[in-house]
Order: sequence, then C-alpha cells, then structure tokens
Amino acid sequence: MISQQLIISGVGGQGILFITRLLAETAIAKELPVLTSETHGMAQRGGIVISHLKVGAFSSPLVRPGQADGLIALKPGNVKLHNSFLKPDGWITANAVEPFPRAGVVTIDADTLALQLGNPQAVNLIVLGRALSMGRFFCTKDELANVLRRKLHDKPAVLEGALAALAAGAGAA
Amino acid sequence: MPEQQPILMQGNEAMARGLVENGCVVAASYPGTPASEILSAIDAWRKAEGANMHVEWAVNEKVAFEIAYAASQSGLRAATAMKQVGLNVASDPLMSAAYLGTVGGFVVISADDPGPHSSQTEQDSRLVAMQAKIPVLDPSSPAEAREMAGLAFQLSEEFGVPVMLRPTTRVCHACQDILLRPVQDLQRTADFRKDPKRWAATPKFRYELHVKLNQTLSRIAAYGPTAPRCLNHAPGTRRAVVASGVSAAHAQEVASASGLWDSFAFYQVVQPYPLHSAFVEEIRTAYDEVLVLEETAGVIEMQLRDYRRVQGKLSGFVPEAGELLPETIERLLARFAGRPLPELPEAAPEAGKRPTLCPGCPHRASFYAIKKAAPKGIYPSDIGCYTLGVNLGGVDTVLCMGAAIGQAAGFYQAYRVTGQPRDIVATIGDSTFFHAGIPPLIDAVVQGARFVLVILDNSTTAMTGNQPTPSQGTPAGQAVDIASIVAGCGVKFCRSADPLDLPAFTAQIKEALAFSRDQGVAVVIAKSPCLVDKSVRHAKRPQAVVDAACTGCRYCTSQFECPALVYDEASGKVVVDVMICSGCGVCLDVCPVKAIRQEGGKP
Ligand code: SF4
Ligand code: SF4
Repeated sequence: MISQQLIISGVGGQGILFITRLLAETAIAKELPVLTSETHGMAQRGGIVISHLKVGAFSSPLVRPGQADGLIALKPGNVKLHNSFLKPDGWITANAVEPFPRAGVVTIDADTLALQLGNPQAVNLIVLGRALSMGRFFCTKDELANVLRRKLHDKPAVLEGALAALAAGAGAA
Repeated sequence: MPEQQPILMQGNEAMARGLVENGCVVAASYPGTPASEILSAIDAWRKAEGANMHVEWAVNEKVAFEIAYAASQSGLRAATAMKQVGLNVASDPLMSAAYLGTVGGFVVISADDPGPHSSQTEQDSRLVAMQAKIPVLDPSSPAEAREMAGLAFQLSEEFGVPVMLRPTTRVCHACQDILLRPVQDLQRTADFRKDPKRWAATPKFRYELHVKLNQTLSRIAAYGPTAPRCLNHAPGTRRAVVASGVSAAHAQEVASASGLWDSFAFYQVVQPYPLHSAFVEEIRTAYDEVLVLEETAGVIEMQLRDYRRVQGKLSGFVPEAGELLPETIERLLARFAGRPLPELPEAAPEAGKRPTLCPGCPHRASFYAIKKAAPKGIYPSDIGCYTLGVNLGGVDTVLCMGAAIGQAAGFYQAYRVTGQPRDIVATIGDSTFFHAGIPPLIDAVVQGARFVLVILDNSTTAMTGNQPTPSQGTPAGQAVDIASIVAGCGVKFCRSADPLDLPAFTAQIKEALAFSRDQGVAVVIAKSPCLVDKSVRHAKRPQAVVDAACTGCRYCTSQFECPALVYDEASGKVVVDVMICSGCGVCLDVCPVKAIRQEGGKP
C-alpha cells in the first residue's frame, strides 16, 4: 500500500486546513486510509499553523521528526522551522521569493502569482499545484482537481478561481 | 450500487456523528478549543439526517450541562460537550448528577488539551471523572471516538450514571476516513417520573446514593464492552505496556516501526476509570514490569497500585507535564525495553511567529485607545481573541472566564484600602461577558467598586470559530441586549462606540475614566464586527498606503502592531502588506506624522 507522510505549514489565515483536507479527501477517493492532525485555536490568529497528513496504514495522527516524505511551506520561514520533520531524502516546496540555498527545495513566488490572479487567498493552492507538479505525491494534480470539483460544485466562481490557482502553480514549474 | 465511500471526519465531527447515530435528542455546549466543532457538527448531522433534536449553544458550560441533564432525567438520550476548563464551570452539576444518576443515556464530553495548545491548563478531565465517581472513556482516534459515543450511551443506560467521553486535542483535531452508519430513532417521548426523594435528595439520602454509586462503580469495573484490549500476542513476556487515548495510537505505531512490537504485551485501556478490577489483577500477577502511557495525569497508573513494578508519571519515568509526542513515546519504549535510545531529533528553533490579532481587528483599536486614555492603568482581561492584546501591552492579567471583572473590582479594593487610587480598565469579550461576567458586575456595583469595563462586542465568539452569542437570539427565542444587562446590573454609565473610529472612541474611554474615578463602574461597549465572521457582510475598503513622509520611527509597528504594517529594512520605512491589509483605516490615526493614507481618503 502507498505510504506517505507530509507536513504542511504556514501561518494562520493561509488556508492550511483547506489544502490538508483536500489532500486527505483525495486519498479517500483513491480508497487509501488517511489520518491528519490540524491546528486550531489561538495559533490560527496569524501564528504558526501546521498540519500532519499520513496516507497509508498508520495509527498515530502525528508525523515524527525525521519521518516526513515532504514539506509544503506557505511561508519561507517555515522551512527552517519544520524541516526537522523530513527524512534525509525528503522534498520541500516553499512559497518564497528567493531560491533556497539547499538541495531538494523547490520555491515558488506564490504571493505575487496570487496577486496577479487577483486572488490573494489562493496562495495555498498555488503552492500545492507546484508541489503536485513534481510527481512525488500519492495523488496527481488531476485526481486532486476532481475532488475540488466535487467539493465546490455549488460555488462555480470559487471553483474556477481554485482550479486556476492550482494550474498557475503547476504551470510555474 | 457502488459501495458507500468513507468520508473525511474530524474527531469532533466523528463524536458528533456517534451521538446522532445513537439516538441523541438533546445536545448543548459552550465553545472552547479543542471541543468547539462538536456541537456545530451535531447540528449539521441533525440537519442532514432530518433528526428531531434540540441542539443549542448555551450561555456557559454549567447551563449546557443542566439542559442536557434534564433531558436525560426525562428518559431521552442527551449530551453536553466542552473543553476541560469548561468542565470546571460545569463541575457543580456534574458532581451532584453523579449521585442522582440518569435515565436516558447521558454523555459528558470533556476535551483535554495536553501541551497545552490553546488552554490555560493541562488538567486531566479523567481526574474530575474520578472525583465525581463516574466512568470515563478515552478514545485513541476519531474512528474510536465515534464508537465510544455509542458505547457511552449504552454504558450510561445500563448503569444509570453520566458517562464522560474524554478526547484530547490530537483526537478532536485529527481527521480520518470514516463510514457513515444509519441514524437510529429510538422513538422515545419525554417522560419525567417525579421522585423527589431521588431528584431533590436531602443530605441523608445523598449518603445512600453515594453508597449505591460506589456499588455501581465496582460493577462498571467488570463491564465487558469497556474492558482493556490486548492488541498483540506476545507470549512469554513479563513486560507490559498499558496505554490509553492517543498515546496508545502513537505507541502502537512507534513500537511496530522500531521492531518492539513483540517485546511486551500491549494493552489499550478504553475506560481509564474505573479501571477494570480483573485487569488490575492480571497486570499484578502476569507481569514484572509495566509501563503506563497516558495523558495528562497518572490516572491508570495510580489504580494499578503496585508502584515498585509500575513505571509512569507518578514514578517519574514519564514526563508529568506537556504532550506525550510520538518521538517521546519512542524513547520511553526503547528505555523500557532496555534498547539503546533513538537519537534525539534536532530541536526545531523556537516557533517564529507569535499569534496576533487579525489585521483590522477592532480589538487592536480598543487596546490602543485604552492605553492612550489610561497609560498608567491596570488592565485585567479575559479569555478570547483579545487575550492577544497582551502583545500590545493592553492586557495585564488573564485568569479564567469572567475574571476580568472580578479582578478589576479586586484591584480597586486593594488599592483603595491602601489609599492609592489607580485607573483600572478591564476588557472582556461579549460572549465571555454573557458566560461569566454578569455576577461579578453585580458584585462590583453592590460593593461600590470603581473601574472602567470595556465590553469588546464583535457579535460573535471569534476565537473558537464564530459561534453565535445571546445578543443574536435564536429562531425560537429572542435576542438579549448587552446594554440592558449592564443597566440591569445597576451600572449608571454605559455608552456604545465604534473602536475603528479611534479619536471618538478614545474620547469615550476618557469620559468613562472620569466617571469611574469618582462615581463607580463605567461601561463602554466597543461595537464592531469580527473580521472573520462570515455571517457579517464586510464593506470593501481601500487598503492603507504609507507615503514618503514615513520617518521609519516604527511607532506603528511597535505600539499598534498591525501585522499588515511591516518595517522594510531596505528603505527604512514601513510598508503595507497588501496580501493582508483589511483597509480598516485605524493606522491613519496612529501614525504620529500622518504618513499613512487610504486611496480615496477616509471620510
Ligand atoms: S478573529 Fe475576529 S476577533 Fe479574533 S482577532 Fe480576528 S478579527 Fe479580531
Ligand atoms: S488599514 Fe492599517 S491598521 Fe488597518 S489593516 Fe491595513 S495596515 Fe492594518
């Protein structure tokens, strides 16, 4: 069975929960067992927000340090904060203007892209699109987009914006 | 027909589902992290399933408990949900209800927060269950939490006692794939049987009820469905690991991953109190060494009694404070098995960004005005988003729900007795005021205390996810107005003002201070909606722009601390983060040289 552990981090208000659940629902659509752990409460007011996502046969909702396959960081500062979760060969996709002086880090200037799209709330999906385009996920961008379509079917305008953000991120490769 | 697909459920939604599937009819709660999503989920399942229920956000946990308990006394299944410190508020009816017992199944969900992540304390609700003498179930995952909601009803009805379901943050806020089961309609009608000897028992009869409760507890300690579960077959070992809650989930995964699965017998305790008597005996006779993993106190450990052979929190083997993370459990298991300890992971640097009020949050303006008006004041505050006013120097104390008002009165009396008048400006949120602020306000008026109380009224319970407050009313009831309550408490000065109009609001606070210095309690209601409250339409306002006149003094970033104002090292000036600026316009009045403007100007 596929087994993947991911860390998604950023600050409150960036929509970390939304993309964590989107990935988890994509896992379910692929009939994979999934466990996540979310941050709620005071940290959601602009503090550090982190989600753990485990796809496969796990019983604990938390990723141990040194065990994550990948890290998605919606703020550049979160790379340093959370890279101790990664396996030695783990990958990172980070929202940052400057490239990182470190192997295995793919960056994307999602803030600028989001403003260009006229959708400052879409940073999360842009970075996710970029990460998915690396082909190292338990799912593909299209599989995820299908779940997005189902989730947002009654909000066509929001869906369109979301799909555009995902595509913009993937296209920035 | 395709097979039904599981759906992603958060632990809180899963518990809610379990309650609704098992015929819960009345549910009441007060929000608090990590328990806040339970009641909204119950209501969502109610709607989705067309179930006939009463679901309410009560004014506080004690009231929520009493509403649900009366339904149980009437023979219906009922539940109440809260966070652990909310259980403190509801502990009075809980202790008594344990003696009186239940008719319809009655589940008390109390969510603990080891860490703590979003709480004042790390207290263990299982200790409260012990004190109340009611059984408590400790789920290890969302799926198990759903199961246990049903099990709790069953246990409650079999023995006629309230049953506590105690999840922790890592269960409440974990999500998992879970299959829906059909919702049962138990077809019961409310049927309260009068029995004053029981329901209004006098102390003499309470003694008899206590004796009976003790007997019931010893029977519950032999109840099959909640007995500890042995998760592996490790014949021949004289070592056992006993774990409950999410610690059991961590331990199971870590033990398999590190090849320790067969090194000891592995038990998951489902009902930490009362611990099953046969299990206590089995552990005593079959094992020489026992490790207990549980959060946050040594509840199972203390019931195993034999301290020489049992390692846990009380023995000092397991840390007594903080969350038991899987990496900690990994090291504990290795040490217990006599294996070399795994490398300690490189400690992550201290969390970079501290939480702060949202850009444009009206509370920030309120705190700024309070500091301006009473620079030497004492600022007691309370529980909510506005606790973050501590970053702004606008919050000196945070004790518990409602304490801002009691403490303000206390500070006044302390300084009065020793003859040093001080300005005191207390802040409390609207929801917190309803929850626990009214009795201390009455007390302050009666005792002649003098201070300013600012009620931060953003018409919502923001911190926990924008639950409604009594000032909105409900479809079946009516709204309760804060100003009328204040007047009803006997306060003679009560004004309402919008903190986003900073100059006028500051003037209002100054007027209130003048009143409070020689007359009594003065109340200012700071009225402005929460920015993340989706039920309110927010006018789109032009974002702020910092022009060349900015001197780089950083007054706005240090004294006002709007996260959308960022000092730019390169230019030596402050810039506006257009990703997050809400256009509230308050910073225009904060900048000492008026270097901030708004495109289109401010009226
Ligand atoms: S959620 Fe609302 S009350 Fe809380 S900080 Fe943000 S704007 Fe203020
Ligand atoms: S207008 Fe000023 S105070 Fe309001 S959010 Fe924007 S930068 Fe912050």
